[in-house]
Amino acid sequence: MIEFRLPSLGADMDEGKLLQWLVKPGDEVKKGQIVCVVDTAKAALDVECWHDGTVHALLVEPGTTIPVGTLMAVLREPGESPAAVDEKLARLARERPAPVAAAPVPAPVAAPPPARASAAAPVPSERRRVSPAARKRAAELGIDIDRVAPGADGTVSIEDVERAARAAAPVAPTAAAERAVQMRKVIASAMARSKREIPHYYLAEDIPLAAATAWLAERNAQRSVTDRLLLASLLLKAVASALRRYPEFNGYWRDGAFEPGAGIHIGVAISLRAGGLVTPALHDADRKDIDAINRALLDLTQRARAGSLKLAELTDATITVTSLGDRGVASVWGVIFPPQVAIVGFGRVTERPWVLDGEVRALPVITASLSADHRASDGHRGGLLLAAIRDRLQAPDELAKETE
Amino acid sequence: MNRDELKQAIVQTLATIAPEIDVDALKPAAPLRDQVDLDSADWLNFLVALHERIGVDIPDADAARLTTLDKLVDYCARKLGV
Repeated sequence: MIEFRLPSLGADMDEGKLLQWLVKPGDEVKKGQIVCVVDTAKAALDVECWHDGTVHALLVEPGTTIPVGTLMAVLREPGESPAAVDEKLARLARERPAPVAAAPVPAPVAAPPPARASAAAPVPSERRRVSPAARKRAAELGIDIDRVAPGADGTVSIEDVERAARAAAPVAPTAAAERAVQMRKVIASAMARSKREIPHYYLAEDIPLAAATAWLAERNAQRSVTDRLLLASLLLKAVASALRRYPEFNGYWRDGAFEPGAGIHIGVAISLRAGGLVTPALHDADRKDIDAINRALLDLTQRARAGSLKLAELTDATITVTSLGDRGVASVWGVIFPPQVAIVGFGRVTERPWVLDGEVRALPVITASLSADHRASDGHRGGLLLAAIRDRLQAPDELAKETE
Repeated sequence: MNRDELKQAIVQTLATIAPEIDVDALKPAAPLRDQVDLDSADWLNFLVALHERIGVDIPDADAARLTTLDKLVDYCARKLGV
């Protein structure tokens, strides 16, 4: 029997509201499949299941707010009989009465053959799908998505939400306002904890970008808009590459010790227009070439705006990178997102006087900064990390291709 | 497609990239990225979506000059011959 529990939602978020199941009893689930949508203080998130199996019973009703760790569903392992799972579930209820007894009693699933059981599995009559964009729009408009009638195909679309909004005038923007308040609280809690617990140290380096910007301009001049590269992608690649050499900045400080990250998963800070920010992870950035990083960055940005990030993306970053971009200011001193141990910041690229071969020239320059946890690393190594980022950006062609 | 329809298509594309914005409040002659708070990834996502929707592939060198909605509409209108 596979227990599907509400996974960790990230620092300082300890409960979530189940919005919707995307599977029903009898469905086959593949490892990595999105099985439900959970609303958190930051966003509505797609939650994945990390096992192959068959859905046996759903134990939590949509609309219920549950703490992290709550048993939400049980799945049958490949080859496991429904009767065996029923028995284990009953035993679990006897041993740990509270969490399971609080949930609705699972509907018994018919005996094999499994194909028939699947076909006979009860499907709630009110079952319907809601597109992430529709949910997002409903939140902005202050519309209760549960009260929006779906279209003919059973899916609630943006149009359905907007129709409901017009019908419900005057509109109270409560949902969006409530989300903004919740997100502020989560950020406040995580950042206060960071400054209370983490002894930050700060380093900075001005990095000339003549080679990088010339390389980008040349590449982009030959490319259609669909393959165009962002400077941000090159900066992320440089950080990922440098972290391979200095892994003590990639991971978590937990229980008084440094725990290295399982991969180089860079949390990309994306500022939200409604207020607040999210830092979804760009996974395995060191093993992606520049085109793959660029695609992932565009995809994360788009999904952060549309409100369709995956839960894992918001919880498994091993370091954060914040870029102020071309409309920002010259430098940034980041606050570490616990339990991570470092945040790298990039300011705006500006033309500055730069001495090269004994001559002063005007060059594009960016200020890179590092805020790091002094419990996990020391300034000398932090300096080497920033220097490695600087050096990699001087050889962009080599850096862009690096995947090993 | 006439000029009004083209403008409508551009604004609707922008709304897919930045769902939070109030498209009716856009000032056509004011800098677009400042009004809508588009970062560089949003801007590129917008250009890609625009390419898909109206078939205009804006070269990198031109994109930087298209700072307002009016300039974007003019540019795309020229490319499309409308």
